[in-house]
Formats: sequence, C-alpha cells, structure tokens
Amino acid sequence: MVDTITNPSPAPAARPARAPRPGSAPAARARALIRRYRLAPYLLLLPSMVAIALVLLWPVVQVTLYSFQNYGLPQTDGAAPVQWVGLGNFTSTFADPEFWLALRITVLFAAAAVTLTLLAGTLVGLLLHQLGRVMSGIVGTAALLAWATPPVSASVLFYWLFNPDGGLVDWTLARLPHWLVGSTDWAGFNWTTGGALPAYAVVTLLVVWQGFPFIAVSVLAGLKTVPAELLEAARVDGAGAWHGFWRITFPLLKPIFLVLLLLSVIWDFNVFTQTYLLTGGLGNRDEFNLSLYLYDKAFTFPPSYGLGGALALILTVILLIITVGYVRASVRQGALT
Amino acid sequence: MTAPSLTSVRRPGPRTRARAARKTKAFSLNALGVLVALLTLFPIFWMISTAFKPSQEIYSLTPRLLPAHPTLGNFSAVMSGQASGIGSVWLFFRNSLLVTVSTVVLASVISLLASVAVARFRFRFRASYLIMLLIVQMIPGQALIIALFLDFNRLNLLQSLPGLVLVYAAQALPVSIWMLRNFVATVPRELEEAAAVDGAGSLRIFWRILFPLVAPGLIATSIFSFITAYNEFIVALTFLGQAHSDYTLPIYVTFFFNRGGAQWGPIMAASTLYTIPVVVFFLIVQRRMTSGLVAGAVKG
Repeated sequence: MVDTITNPSPAPAARPARAPRPGSAPAARARALIRRYRLAPYLLLLPSMVAIALVLLWPVVQVTLYSFQNYGLPQTDGAAPVQWVGLGNFTSTFADPEFWLALRITVLFAAAAVTLTLLAGTLVGLLLHQLGRVMSGIVGTAALLAWATPPVSASVLFYWLFNPDGGLVDWTLARLPHWLVGSTDWAGFNWTTGGALPAYAVVTLLVVWQGFPFIAVSVLAGLKTVPAELLEAARVDGAGAWHGFWRITFPLLKPIFLVLLLLSVIWDFNVFTQTYLLTGGLGNRDEFNLSLYLYDKAFTFPPSYGLGGALALILTVILLIITVGYVRASVRQGALT
Repeated sequence: MTAPSLTSVRRPGPRTRARAARKTKAFSLNALGVLVALLTLFPIFWMISTAFKPSQEIYSLTPRLLPAHPTLGNFSAVMSGQASGIGSVWLFFRNSLLVTVSTVVLASVISLLASVAVARFRFRFRASYLIMLLIVQMIPGQALIIALFLDFNRLNLLQSLPGLVLVYAAQALPVSIWMLRNFVATVPRELEEAAAVDGAGSLRIFWRILFPLVAPGLIATSIFSFITAYNEFIVALTFLGQAHSDYTLPIYVTFFFNRGGAQWGPIMAASTLYTIPVVVFFLIVQRRMTSGLVAGAVKG
C-alpha cells in the first residue's frame, strides 16, 4: 500500500479504456486503486506538497515554537535545556528602542519606495503606450536591463556610484550650485554611515530603478486592453488626456493597480539584499530595517533564535495581513477558475 | 531689404496647425523616451565603463564617462583569482550554474506534475491548495532562514550546493505551479482523449501530446526559477558561511565587496560578469517572459 502511493504515475493515469498490462499484477492493482479512490490528483500533488511542507511550512511552525523559547547556542548544542519563556521574547522585543526604530524605517521606506516605484512605473507605462514601435522597443529594452540586473550587482554598483571616495554622485553634486543641492559639503559625503536618511535615499533610488520596469510592463499590458473607442469617445466629448486617464483608464486598470500595489508593498517591506549591502553589512545599527534587525538578532554572536523567531513571526503576521488583501484581489479577478 | 510684413505671412490653417501640434507632441514624447532610456541605462553603463578602467582613472579627481585607456586588467585579475583571494570567478560561475540548472530541472518536474493535477482534475482541497500556494509564496525568506539554517545544519546540508538547490526549488514552486496550470488548462482535453482512444498509454499521451503543448509554459516557469536561484542572496549567505569554494556568484561578489581595499575595478568586472548571463537570457526570451510574468503576477 505504501509502495503504491509513493509511486506517482503521470497525468492521465485515471483514464479508462486501457487493459492492464499483462504480467505486472502489483502495478495493475495500484492502477485500480488509484482509479477507484480517484487518487491521481493527490499523487501528482505529492512531490510539491512534500517540498513545500519541508522547506516552507515546517520552518514556520518551528520558528513559531522558537519564538516562545529561550532557544540559542546552548540549546542547539544540548548544553542547556530548552525552556519555554512564554511571551518573553515578544516583551523584550517591544521594549527595545532599536526595534521601534527598525519598524519606523521599514514602514517609511516602504511608503516612499512603493509610491515612487508605482508612480515612475505608471508614467513609463503610459509613455511606452504612446511611443512608436522603435522607440518603445528601445525604452522597453533599457527598462528590461535594469530589471534583469541581479540585486547584488545592482547594490554593489550603487554603492560605488555613491561612494565618498571616487564615486560619481558626490563628484557631480559638489559641482552643482548650492541653491540646487543645498550647502552640504558633498565632496566626500558618506551615504552609508551618514544615518538612515541618506542610506535609505540610495536604497530607494535603487529599488525604484529595479522595480519600475515591472510596473511599467504590467501597466502597458493593461493599457492595451482598454478599448480605444472609449478614449476616442471621451476625446470627442472634449475630455483632455488627464481626464481620460482618471475617468476611463484608471478605473478599468484598478484591479491591476491593486495587485501591483500589494505586491510592491510586500516586496519593499521585505527588502534585505539591498539594505544589507548598502548600509554596510550589519555594521550600522541605526540603519537596520526589520529584516536586518531580525538577521542580526538571530545570527550575530551570541545568536538568539528565540528573539529572531519572535521577529520572524511579527514580520510574517504583518505580511500575511497584506497578503490576505492580495489573495482577495486575485480571487476577485477570477484567479481560481 | 524689405521687412516682411506680418500680414503677408500666410497664417497656418487649422489642419496644418493640428499636424504641427502632433509633430511637436511626437517629438517631445520621443525626447522623453530617449531621456528615460539613458537614465535607466546609465548605472549599467557606469559598471561596465569602470570595469574597463585602469585604477588611476577610477580614482582620478575628474571621472570620465569612457575609459581613456581601456584595459582588460580588471577582468584578468578576477579570472586569475588574485583580486578576490578566494579563487577564480569561473569556480563561482560553475557553482552558480550547477545550482541554477538543478533548481530549474527539479522545480519544472515537480510543478508540471502539480499543475496537471490542478488543471485537469476537480478534487477536494483544490481551492485550498491554490490559496495555500498564494499565501506560502509571500512568506519572507527572512522568516524561514532561522529554522532552515538549524534544520539543514542537523542534516549536514549547510555549506553544500545540494542544500541550496532543495531550498530554491521549493521556493520556486508556488509561482511555477500557479503559472503553469494556465498553460496546462489551455491544452484541449479532446487531444488526449483522441490519443487514448487510439490506444496510447498515459505516459505516451503525456510525452507526445501534453508535454510539447505545455513546453512554452515550462520555458516561462523555468525563467522564473532560473532568476530566483541565480539571484538568491540571504539563504546562500547564511548557508555557505566560510565555505569559500562553494560560494555562488552573488556571495562571491559580496565577499569581494566586503573585503574592502577599494578594488572597484575588479569588483565592477566581477559584477559585470555576474550580470551578463542573466541580462542576455532576459533579452533572448524578452517577449515570452514579460507576457508570462505578467500573466503570472497580474492574473494571480
């Protein structure tokens, strides 16, 4: 019985009209079982369920357990027993001013990055829709390249662009008139160690640069579904481009914008690679976002998997709340059919 | 010299004016397009330009757009392994390639099976399974990393490429299944039924009918899992630790970057080499990818 279940046969195994192959009695019996109990779909799902359960679901369960324990190095080594500490990890997290700073940074950064990415992406999408074939191909390809650049390459590259020692941005800013760029001494200005604001200005620029192409392409795909006659009719009635966008295009694309908004919030809330590299590893505690704060608690010596678990749980709950919105928006679009 | 009187200049008729307005509009739109393209490309251009500059030009007081004396020195320093001190860039290329290809194959097989189940059968828990995929896809890597680190440590799979493949394939599954089921659903059932009537076995039907028709979808999902694995950072950073010889490209570039010493020439050369394959890949599959990803992301 166990053997028959762990032997997933491909798709249309449940199809009738086939005599069992002679000489393979166990296989024939298995096929009959699969057909009788309609097991085929479950067998096909089995590998994916096992992989997802082991790598994605079970860790969430474990992390939840850790978050109520004093789990750390002594406990993994077996040197000290695992103790349940109730809500201890959560209360000490909420009592830590660094947590609130990280939360504030995360929320403010996500708000800025999402707004700017959506704005830039929508504008470029509208532009692509208006341009001729050659020009839209050029702009589209340029956007594709920014999108394709791996985040690690992009982060290292932006670090170099904004480097105080030989970076292009400081050099340019130092040569611009003060009335334009403020009276800061830009030559040698350190964007990484100058506090959260300059560091996250760079991260925001980077995230917008890498994120706007996806928004632009999605908006463009949506724009192509808007019937030209509708906009034409509006124009005949004397509506300008601005009016046409807000009264016709935007309402029609609203579901797409909703999904893009939720996806962007989720992505920008989670950003780790870019902040890790652009705020100097785990070196500047006043520049942690929630992800860096979590990583630091869990892996900087001495590691506290309990505190890290509590933070992972907090992060996951926040994201799940956003995800519920995403799922509802998707279901409303008929994604389950 | 007679001054042209204002009245003698023919006033443009309404039609010419409309055409002129359209021309101005087209011109300014194109100019805007050029500006957007240049701004978008500039960082990549700067990375490549720096990679070809000798170090006295990189740290010169007046940076130049293009290298005055282009050199391959940075690339050879990266390839010999002398610049990073942990090995030639080709070693890390090989690691990344191994991990990425294995992830793509594993994720494709598993998600094809699952998407057939979801697209071809109506069964209990079907909707729950789909919603589970949507939710699971949103669990942040940072939330999983602690438990994954401890589990894989117990299983002795840290500091190894197979451990990474396992995690990446599982992480690619939700989106892959979600995308692929649309492709499976578009294959007409009648084709399979006709083949079954003609006496074809289920394996034969699968290979001869379903597989070729779903192949474009498999390419789209492969692109997704390729990018996931090739770019992945946090798991590789945590798992690989000090196992230099197992580093994937992003961890190698990060190591190089963290080492300091301001070797911007070699670092930019390494990032350029790391970026090229995925960019070329994107360009080749451009059309299919944008439609596929948009279908996957926007429709669900």
